[in-house]
Amino acid sequence: MKKTFKLIDLDCAHCAAKMEEAVKKLPGVTNASVNFLQQKFTLEAPDDQFDEILKAAVKCCKDVEPDCTIKI
Amino acid sequence: MSKKQKKTLLRIIIAAVVWLTGFVLEHIIDFDSAGRFSVMGIIHLAIFAAAYLIIGWDILWKAIRNIAHGQVFDENFLMSIASIGAMIIGEYAEGGAVMILYQIGELFQGVAVGKSRRSIAEMVDINPEFANVERDGVVSEVDPSDVAAGETIVVRPGERVPLDGTVISGSSELNTAALTGESALRAVAEGDEVISGCINTNGLLKVKVSRPYSDSTVARILELVENSTENKAKTENFITKFARIYTPIVVFAAIALAIIPGVIQSAMNGFTDLSGWIGEDGWVYRALSFLVVSCPCALVISVPLSYFGGIGGASRYGIMIKGANFMEELAKAQTFVFDKTGTLTKGSFAVTEVVPEGMTENELLGICAAAETYSTHPIAQSIIAEGKKRGVTTTAADAEEIAGYGVKATVNNSTALVGNHRLMERENIPTPTVETPGTVVHCAIDGKYAGYIVISDEIKPGTPSALAALKKHCNAKTVMLTGDRRAAAEAVAKQAGIDEFHAELLPDGKVSQVEALYEAKPENTTLVFVGDGMNDAPALARADVGIAMGAMGSDAAIEAADIVLMNDNIESLPTAVRISKKTHAIVMQNIIFAIGVKVLIMLLTAVGITSMWVAIFGDVGVAIIAILNAMRSMRIK
Repeated sequence: MKKTFKLIDLDCAHCAAKMEEAVKKLPGVTNASVNFLQQKFTLEAPDDQFDEILKAAVKCCKDVEPDCTIKI
Repeated sequence: MSKKQKKTLLRIIIAAVVWLTGFVLEHIIDFDSAGRFSVMGIIHLAIFAAAYLIIGWDILWKAIRNIAHGQVFDENFLMSIASIGAMIIGEYAEGGAVMILYQIGELFQGVAVGKSRRSIAEMVDINPEFANVERDGVVSEVDPSDVAAGETIVVRPGERVPLDGTVISGSSELNTAALTGESALRAVAEGDEVISGCINTNGLLKVKVSRPYSDSTVARILELVENSTENKAKTENFITKFARIYTPIVVFAAIALAIIPGVIQSAMNGFTDLSGWIGEDGWVYRALSFLVVSCPCALVISVPLSYFGGIGGASRYGIMIKGANFMEELAKAQTFVFDKTGTLTKGSFAVTEVVPEGMTENELLGICAAAETYSTHPIAQSIIAEGKKRGVTTTAADAEEIAGYGVKATVNNSTALVGNHRLMERENIPTPTVETPGTVVHCAIDGKYAGYIVISDEIKPGTPSALAALKKHCNAKTVMLTGDRRAAAEAVAKQAGIDEFHAELLPDGKVSQVEALYEAKPENTTLVFVGDGMNDAPALARADVGIAMGAMGSDAAIEAADIVLMNDNIESLPTAVRISKKTHAIVMQNIIFAIGVKVLIMLLTAVGITSMWVAIFGDVGVAIIAILNAMRSMRIK
């Protein structure tokens, strides 16, 4: 499953790249992308684990860039 | 500006006023002679520290917090170290200025990027907000995605067509500018197809919806544009990788610069004089300047912003680019391969020549058009259309179709024979040999030869100038592939100004030709295939960049191509190339400028020629200039 979420207060392009990198490394994540220009976060993961992985991804993004929130 | 940005702006103003007060006082009062730890010295520090904390507290806080999360080379951290370091060695004004200017730079970036994002969103704003659906005789406003295929919608003048469908009543003119970039209006009436995203200009239309919103033209285009930033250009990937190593390298260089030369210099004087190390303009000060230029933000933002702007700008011309990588490839293209029918030519048949014998052109055309009145053959249709256009059609009595030969009819009380040369042979009428490529229709009246009409696929009016533009700007080699007869292909190639053509190809022959051309193309250049999206999906896929033309409403083309020209106008192709080339040029300018300036500043700083002020320019100034330059890509004409 692939889902896209809106990002709020993503202010720095550098951090967007770091967030993307960090989420991609999470176990179970098929693919992830953080789009600074469109302020969007796309997560691709197996259907049955999607919710758990999303939770982990949100936490991971918070660690990298605490100012930015993922709108779910 | 968002609320958060306004707050930052206010803080910047307050901090700047406090900082300026300190700066002016510094020039009136001689703080230094009193010593740093005297009352005067502490007042001096307090003024700048106030300015510093007003503007910098959040940066300091973020630096600490991010360190706790293991983000060492974080820009907040680096800026904090650089500014605090400057404060410690006594450069109060510079320490404060680093923070204030850094915040100004960040604010500017935020505003500029937000603005570009909005204007690009406006450019592709073709999303219909509502649909007027008619259910049980009642018209109500609903979300377009709630309308099913087969339902009836009403589109009033001034409204956007929300869904694809067929007109069941009413007539109007549609403005397709948002989709095709062309301002010409398209007339629609009962039975015509309408495409979502167009604007209904004058009449009231009732439309039977042909497919749900998720499959509509609008939804597909929006999806295409939104996903375009996921296909990153090689340059973008390079910058991401570069940014990852740039910061650590600069930071380690700064650490080395802060320790090694200072220690050596101080050791030579037996550690009695440390001013060359930690004093004004000493090695530590220089190292702090390194930290200021260690953020690669100028590149990390401006490169994707340039491509994003270029893609948005291109969409205004009805050019949909599926990713920055295709823009980059198109900028390098030197081999352009075209499909003939529908791409270089109109793909519809038309009368191109009327050669009468013993009568005028219009008389011949009138008789032929009349004789063909009852025929539905495309060739006959084109003769009828031309007759109507010139207003010369007469009427025919008892027309009789002779399958495989042509028509025999009574026109103006004479017997007219209209058909191919076999018909003339059958009736023993001598015919001239016609060299002109295309389909030839002969005519004889009362057994006497009366002339012929040539019907061929017309070249698009913009084709020769579009190809000439490609030649001029890309030094392009142009190749045409077609399944058509050699004579017809040659004529089109000559008219269009094509360099090389391959005729009488079977569909898989096109792919192998593309492959051969792919092998033969010059190094470091790319091959572009331009087709109409029908039957040439394999060739589109094989090329570096596949471009589909006239794709409005054609799903297959939107699916198969890398770049989609929504309109049928081949002159969009040089426009697409021009936008790609300029965008690429802007990207290269920014990369060279940003890296060049930063490296230069580091070199000058290392030898002690420049101060921290220049380093601040190297960070904030370079980022602002690069972003302003990147924003130009939206407005390439």
